Amino acid sequence: MTAADPVIELRDVGFSYGAAPVLEEVDLTVEAGEFLGIVGPNAGGKSTLLKLVLGLLEPQRGDIRVLGRPPRDASRHLGYVAQYPGFARDFPITVEQTVLMGRLGSGGWLGRYGRADRAAAWQAMVEVEAEDLAQRQIGSLSGGQLQRTLLARALVGAPRVLILDEPTANIDQRVESDIFDLLGRLNERMTILVVSHDIAFISAYVGRVACINRTLVCHKTEAVEGEIIQELYGDHVRMVQHQH
Amino acid sequence: MTMCAWCSTSTDVMDGFIHALTHQAFLQTALAAGLLASIGCGVMGTYVVVKRIAFLAGGIAHSVLGGIGAAVYFGLPPLAGALGAAVLAALLIGGIRLQWRAQEDTLISALWAMGMAAGILFIAKTPGYQSDLMSYLFGNILLVPRDSLAFMAALDVLLLVAVAAFHRQFMAVAFDEEFARLRGVPVAFFYLLLLVLVAVTVVLMIQVVGLILVLALITLPAAVAGHYVHSLGRMMLVATLLGGLVTTGGLALSYGPDLPVGPTIILLTGGLYMVSAVVSRHLARRRAHRAFHGAAGEARHG
Repeated sequence: MTAADPVIELRDVGFSYGAAPVLEEVDLTVEAGEFLGIVGPNAGGKSTLLKLVLGLLEPQRGDIRVLGRPPRDASRHLGYVAQYPGFARDFPITVEQTVLMGRLGSGGWLGRYGRADRAAAWQAMVEVEAEDLAQRQIGSLSGGQLQRTLLARALVGAPRVLILDEPTANIDQRVESDIFDLLGRLNERMTILVVSHDIAFISAYVGRVACINRTLVCHKTEAVEGEIIQELYGDHVRMVQHQH
Repeated sequence: MTMCAWCSTSTDVMDGFIHALTHQAFLQTALAAGLLASIGCGVMGTYVVVKRIAFLAGGIAHSVLGGIGAAVYFGLPPLAGALGAAVLAALLIGGIRLQWRAQEDTLISALWAMGMAAGILFIAKTPGYQSDLMSYLFGNILLVPRDSLAFMAALDVLLLVAVAAFHRQFMAVAFDEEFARLRGVPVAFFYLLLLVLVAVTVVLMIQVVGLILVLALITLPAAVAGHYVHSLGRMMLVATLLGGLVTTGGLALSYGPDLPVGPTIILLTGGLYMVSAVVSRHLARRRAHRAFHGAAGEARHG
């Protein structure tokens, strides 16, 4: 692929876990260097869309290309921070060991992490200001510290696209701003997709917003105004905005 | 055996045991078998505990009776049958977990019970083997033949080599399967390999505590270790040492009063776990109390 090709391209994508479709007729193109916010109501298909892009799910309809390849072949170039991490908080593991996992898939199969892996992990922890936490158990971290750790784990593999699902759902507003400031800096060298239910907050940071409610309702470059919110959420805008 | 055996002081018990140990070859073999089994239970038990797959391990352990029964019925070595059945059960149960999540627990229960039922049928139809049933179920470390030690040592080496080679992958699969998959780790392969190694551990311990009690010896030493140390490597080491302590201790305690060794080991292990659970909880509370009364409101960082 050339630099001008889109980083992510979805054409007529449809997906269903069971009888009812979660996503239908989704067409979305993300260019290199974009900072795209994905918003929409709960159960609107935002997380499912990310999992399709990551290759964790296969669409029943349509075509997805990531970095010009099928998603599964591109996943090593993607950094992912999930909404609900799939691990137990009491797992005996340090921040450094957690970050090192982002180096799996680069280097050999056998044995331990090498010096280059450790250097990369340190650099990623410095970038998210988590280097002081390196030897802490993940179970002892606050919500914001855990989120920084998971961000470092996503960054340590030098991804070309960073994908985050509600990265600030369980942390306070000040930390939320810190994390989005950091994402803004990272956006200088990588494409970023971030899912949020908080349309008002993220519109200050992202370059473009895609609104998902079973399908792509809108995608606007300008600030998201009341009219679009109305279109997306119906009459319950206030309720939606205050639920977090 | 009389109740008076219980009255003898622990020094007498230990003196008698140590004396017997230096004179009786079967006791030396039993001791070695217990220590060899401890390595497997310390290493694989740690994964079973942190990955929370004790129920899967229980299913594997119990369905092994099917393989033992089939082996004795067809005149093959029972341990070979056990190893075959354990690996097959691990692959079946792992496959179910990976493919069929919705009914995972029911399907594993079915395999668990069917394996045992098949084993009982085979053993019932094999003349002369009924008497051995109890030792498969509850173990008899005193009857471990000396040449089994080489087999057990070989299984230990297999476990240690596999874990040393794939430590990163096992840790990633145990910690966060979804993320491991994104990093290109073949999660299904390593998950199944992990269960096969758990199956090998079960076989390693059948002669020591039997397939019904094996679950306690896999999970409890690792769980106790997890109360005090916080890395997989240290948990494995501490759990192995604790495993050696309880198998040796159980052997010593049961020797004087002539108690069945397997159940003695298990009660000792269970007791150790319960005491440790209470103590570690108490320590955690004291730490929390101190944090509150010491530097009030430890500075929160980001």
